[in-house]
Formats: sequence, structure tokens, C-alpha cells
Amino acid sequence: MNVLVCVKRVPMVGARVTVTPDAQEIDTHLLGFTISPHEECAVEEAVRLIETHAGTVSVLTLGPPEAIEQLRDAAAIGAGRLVLLETDGREWGPMATARAVVEAVRADEAANGAYELILFGNEAADTGDYQVAIRVAHALGRPCATGIKHLEVARPALRARREFRGGDELFELGLPAVVSVKEGINLPRYPSLPGRMRAKKAPVEQSVPQWSEDPVRKQALRVPVVERRRAEILGTGVDAVPALVELLAELGVLP
Amino acid sequence: MTVLCLLEDDGTQPIDASLRALSFSRALAESSGEELAAAVVGEPGASVLASLCSFGVSAAYSIESDELASYAPVAWARALAGLGSSLAATATVAAGTDRGNEVMAHLGALLELPMVANCFTAQRSDATTVLLSRQRWAGSLIEDAVLEASPALLTVAFDGVVPEPAPRPATTSLQTYLPALDEQDLAVRVSDWTKQSSGITLAEARVVIGGGRGVGSADGFGPIEELAGLLGAAVGVSRAVTSAGWRSHSHQVGQTGTRIAPDLYVACGISGAIQHLAGCQSAKHVIAINTDADAPIISRADHAVIGDLSVIIPALVAAIRQRSGTA
Repeated sequence: MNVLVCVKRVPMVGARVTVTPDAQEIDTHLLGFTISPHEECAVEEAVRLIETHAGTVSVLTLGPPEAIEQLRDAAAIGAGRLVLLETDGREWGPMATARAVVEAVRADEAANGAYELILFGNEAADTGDYQVAIRVAHALGRPCATGIKHLEVARPALRARREFRGGDELFELGLPAVVSVKEGINLPRYPSLPGRMRAKKAPVEQSVPQWSEDPVRKQALRVPVVERRRAEILGTGVDAVPALVELLAELGVLP
Repeated sequence: MTVLCLLEDDGTQPIDASLRALSFSRALAESSGEELAAAVVGEPGASVLASLCSFGVSAAYSIESDELASYAPVAWARALAGLGSSLAATATVAAGTDRGNEVMAHLGALLELPMVANCFTAQRSDATTVLLSRQRWAGSLIEDAVLEASPALLTVAFDGVVPEPAPRPATTSLQTYLPALDEQDLAVRVSDWTKQSSGITLAEARVVIGGGRGVGSADGFGPIEELAGLLGAAVGVSRAVTSAGWRSHSHQVGQTGTRIAPDLYVACGISGAIQHLAGCQSAKHVIAINTDADAPIISRADHAVIGDLSVIIPALVAAIRQRSGTA
């Protein structure tokens, strides 16, 4: 089964986010980059699927040339083909992103045959738009399920489960399909040393899609003013336990 | 001129996130003197209708179809598209839940219009323009944006808006809307639902005991479980814990796990990475137990105990048992 996974390069934010002086982006000069945890799981899930069902995993990203680093990370755990849709650093909205992905998929499928499954993360860690997978599915005329935490291929269908109000709901999709997954669907593996070596040399297919502006225009980014509580220190070690018990009693949570 | 809000309910009551979406929608409607309408899939119960009145909804539409007995995201979107168009809605809004985001994204795809997720304020400036603020990074960053599209399709960040009833309750009319659905709209639908283990769900727990890397191992959760049991609390964990395989992901609190809003959150051995804080920023009271007095969690806590949780928690459990006479 041929699986395509779409990922996005995002900064690895630590204890706080800082924005640039023009308030247009996150100040990343001290930060490393990664993909969202949901997407790490999407790559892992794709690799597990082809380990069971044979086939190839392709990984696609829309981003600056530096995003090749994220493609290579995916290659290190088993992705066979790497595709970069190269941007010039401008931010792409979800509509334009979906259009570029759809064009790339159409061209690729015309040459190499259809992807039985296209995987996404449920939402990108940075913009959290929750929609690229769904827009791609509509454009390609394929069924789509989102937020999936368990996936099982039972041809000609795909059984996909997600959490819903303390339970588990099941969707059965016809293949080919588009699915977005959530962290927790699996525990991603660490890349092996030979995997890393192979990834360094893996070729990257590159093209430059046409940028277009989404009808949502970003004006400014700002860090929310969080009320910095100054914690009252109840004490150190077990000496603090009586004060802690008293506090829990005051809060009304003791049995 | 109408703002249409999709309401999700749990079978009897509207869900909390939907009440927040109604408050948000009312503010948007008021910014241009528009009516507030609500859509419910299936027949709304008495308590849902009472909420619609108190939140200022003037017209409620019950979307009725035998085909909608189980959730089908594209069909819900198709129904909202039809209803929104018949009302000439200037905006369609849903809660930023899994279903709300999903249905609105399908609606955006069907109408080929933008959908803006996780907004917390929106104000109309002219017929086709809405000024809005939305969450990025699960609320760790805010984007102020201008949306030029009609209807505006928005979802609401549930931890960014307070559910506030209208100053005066409305008289809510109730009408039935029969959607035109085709087979394609129903191709993806819930075919089965299984209840997971009973017990307090993390998302709804009033008290959550959190454990992080500082717990040290899977076995280290014993005392935390015991404390949670005593307080009738749920156990939550940081991403470090699930990545290490100590606990399953369904216990994870944070941006890519569960977002919690308990009355009390006791964070044990959790340093407080931004992705974790995004998941617990709505906790009313936070107590941190940590060896590091400079950990980021301390500056977000109301109270803190500095020290080793593997000693403090068992001592706390013993003290609580003694106090309640169950030692």
C-alpha cells in the first residue's frame, strides 16, 4: 500500500514564545525545528502500515528549503520518498496549502499510481487550523476521518477510531482515503543509526508551487498576558505536608 | 441578517463548549445588530431549549433526518450549508471541539470559503469583513486577523470565552429544518460507539493530580494513583510520561492531549513546558510539587511545595487518611 504523509516544519518552542518586533512571526533565532507530535505519529503509523502491508511511504512538506531537515527525519524511520514544495518564507494559509498539496498529489499519482492513504496530523502545532486534510479530501473526492487514534486496514475498507466523550467512535472508510491522526495512535520509534545514514543521502523531489493569499489576513501576533501567579511556597519536603493538608481542606477537596 | 451557531448537546444538556460558542456568536451578532439563531441536530430537549432562551437565541432550528441518527460530518456540514443559505446567515459558528472543527472545515470545503479555527473574539466591521482574534499554539500565542468572506465560518476556542447568558432571555421560536442529503454526504459516519472504562474522565474531573518526568518511572505513579483515589480525582500526565511509555496517551494533559479545566490541579514533578501549560491554563487553582523552585510551573501556580514528590505524596496520603480516620 502506498501511503503519503503530509507534515509541517514548526519551531520547537520551550517555556515561552517570543514574537519578532514587527509582530508577524515567532522569533525563532534561538529555536530548533520539528514537526508536530500528531505528525510524528502519522509518519510512524505510515511506516507500520507498510511493514504489515508492504508498499512505500512518501513524505511531503510545504515549507522553506530548511524543511528538508524534517523530511530527512521521516526518512530516518522508514519513509522512502521525500517531496518538498518549496516556499519563500511567506506564511501559507490552509486553503492555499491544501491547493498546493492537491496539485502535487494529482501530478504524482498520474505518474506513479494512486495513494491508498493520505495521512495528516490532526492540526499543525503552530497555526492549529484543523482543515488541510479535509480540504484535500474534498478536492480529491475521497472520504475523510479526523482525530483518529486507532487505524486498521480491512480492504476494501479502513477502520478508524477516535475518542469521543469517554468512549470510542468507529468510522469505516472506503479506500483510497484521507485520515488525520492524533498523538497516542502509536509511540513513534527512534531512528536507527543506519536509518540516519540512509536519510542523509536520500534524494528530495522539489518543486515550487504558486503562492496565493487566503482571505484571512494576519495583522499581528502577540503573546497573551497570562496572570503570573506568585506561588505561595507552603514549605520544603515533608515539613510542608500539614500546610498542604490544611490547604486541601480549605479548597474542600478532602474526603 | 443572522449569525447561526451550531449547538452540540450530550443528549440532555448543551455541552459547555457550545454555550461558550453561543456567547461568542451573540457578541458577533450584537456588533452589527443581527439576530442570533441556533442549529441543533435532532430534536432539542427541554433543557437545551431553556439554554437557548437564556443565551438570547431568537430562532432555533432542529435539523431532522432519519439519516442523521449517527454522526456524519459531511452531512452535518451539508445541513448547515443549506440552513445558513436559507437564513442568509452572515456567519456560521461552532465550538472548537473535535466535531465542531471537523464540521466547519467540511463546510469551508463545500462552500470553498475560509474557516477560521479557535477564535475568541469577533466583530463585524462591514458586510464582508470580520475583525477577529484567534488562538495559535493552543492559546500560547494570539493572532489578530481580518477575515474577508461571507458567510464567515468560525470555531470558538472553548478556553478563551466565558459562557455568559444574555442580559435578558429571548423568546426562542423552534422550527424544523429538513436537510437535503445525498449518499455521498453519508459515506463517512459513526458506525459504532464503545464506552471505555468507567471512572472520572480527565476532561470533566473537578480535581486532577498530574505527574511528570519527576515521577521517575511507571511504578512511581502508585502514590499519585492513591492520592487521586482518596480525593476522587483523575490522574493526568505530561508528554514526557507518555513518550516514556509510563502511562497511556489518554491521560496526557496538554496541547496534543486533553485540555482540562478542573477546580484544582496538583502538578507533581511537572516542569511546565508551554505545551503542557496550554492544556491546564483553565484550572482554577494550581498546586505545584517540584524539586526545582525555578521551574516554569511555579510561576503559574497558586501554591507550591519544594521537594521530592516520592517522599511528599506518600506522607500526604498518610496525613489525609489519618485526618479522615481511614488510616
